[in-house]
Amino acid sequence: MSELVTSENIIEVRSLQVFYGLFQALKNVNIDIQARKITALIGPSGCGKSTFLRTLNRMNDLIEGSRTEGRVIFDGKNIFDGDTDLLELRRRIGMVFQRPNPFPLSIFDNVTYGLRVHGQTDRTLMEERLFHSLQAVNLWDEIKDRLEANALSLTGEQQQRLCIARVLALGPEVVLMDEPCSALDPTATAKIEDLMYQLKQKYTIIIVTHNMQQAARVSDYTGYFLLGELVEFGQTDQIFTSPRDRRTEDYITGRFG
Amino acid sequence: MTRYFDEELLELNKKILEMSGEVEDSIGLSVRALRELSRKLAEAVIQGDRRIDDMELEIEEKCLNIIALYQPAAADLRFVVMSLKITTDLERIADLAVDIAERVLELADQPLLKPLIDIPKLATLAQGMVRDVINSFVNKDTDLARSVILRDNEADELRNLVQSELINDYMKKDATTVPRAIPLLLVARHLERICDHATNIAEDVIYMVKAEVVKHRPESLK
Repeated sequence: MSELVTSENIIEVRSLQVFYGLFQALKNVNIDIQARKITALIGPSGCGKSTFLRTLNRMNDLIEGSRTEGRVIFDGKNIFDGDTDLLELRRRIGMVFQRPNPFPLSIFDNVTYGLRVHGQTDRTLMEERLFHSLQAVNLWDEIKDRLEANALSLTGEQQQRLCIARVLALGPEVVLMDEPCSALDPTATAKIEDLMYQLKQKYTIIIVTHNMQQAARVSDYTGYFLLGELVEFGQTDQIFTSPRDRRTEDYITGRFG
Repeated sequence: MTRYFDEELLELNKKILEMSGEVEDSIGLSVRALRELSRKLAEAVIQGDRRIDDMELEIEEKCLNIIALYQPAAADLRFVVMSLKITTDLERIADLAVDIAERVLELADQPLLKPLIDIPKLATLAQGMVRDVINSFVNKDTDLARSVILRDNEADELRNLVQSELINDYMKKDATTVPRAIPLLLVARHLERICDHATNIAEDVIYMVKAEVVKHRPESLK
């Protein structure tokens, strides 16, 4: 793979620490996330990778007893500043979860839900966004004739793509994905991975995964977390062929974890 | 944590060591055949090559299985992929030993053109490079691998020396020497090629151990 030195940073994390009560979940994490690349975060359960992901759009604020130190600079501004508009932050940095979680509403209402929360009432604009986001996740042709059907009638993999469309409808810049394929079978997983590859033309994707082959397949950069520490971060091919840290080597070769 | 996978890697390592041993013996035998101009030894080298070819196929299959079934990464991946490459070079070295043996059969029928001086030197050098590169693989010794790479120039010089002597002092002066000079010329060429393959293996050993690419980058060895 060629050197990826020309890309710009979209998120810069500096000296990030997260505590849950007395427990320190993240220890002095520093990382630059490159725009329109896929960054994979790997590590054993409880290593802090999901905490890190949720910190990036301040979803962690919702967890009682959590406390954060350090800075996350997004678009030149620290997201922990008092005047941050959380609704706007989460529009620009959207999230897809482990289990597909469509609302028990129609497909149309699911995809346009966020727009309405943001005060949008223009039906034409909503239809336009619906079309583009369903197209972006390759779902339009499959479900254009049943937009009023309940979203729960879709297959698990279609539901996950619908959830991604729901995020895209809001015009985000970054999409956070927390093990988006762990509830899907291998064929469905391959479809989501192909979709991620298409989406990185326009969006920055950060994915947490337990599946190391998935991290190796889809990502441009990989970070390895252990016990709240970012042990190693680098280009994915480097991490998987010649990791610099012994702990990374042990994890990706299956000697640990 | 011990892994079942480690046993597979040990098994692969063992197979490569067995093949290395056979290849080393084969070169040793071909060089002896040359020194003694012995038909019997030369034929033994040619007979033995079949076994080495089989070992190559067996190791290739083992590597492909490991990649398909275990998806190795990092140092494990480098070991498996470099094993594939090293095996190819070992097999080529064995073929060159056979080539030398065939030249011995050609030479054995006629009186030697001249006493051999530089060819035995080149043979000793080639044998030493192969022995050392195998040891560097076994012991993951990159210093030894580097020393093998640095000896390759000496092999080229000796080959050139043999070549210019045979051409200028014999072939050009007396065309009737050509049939006896050509096998010697080829032997020098075969030995020098053995040194090239040993050098390839040495480069692969350095990549395997240190993930450092020295191939086609002579400056990186300094």
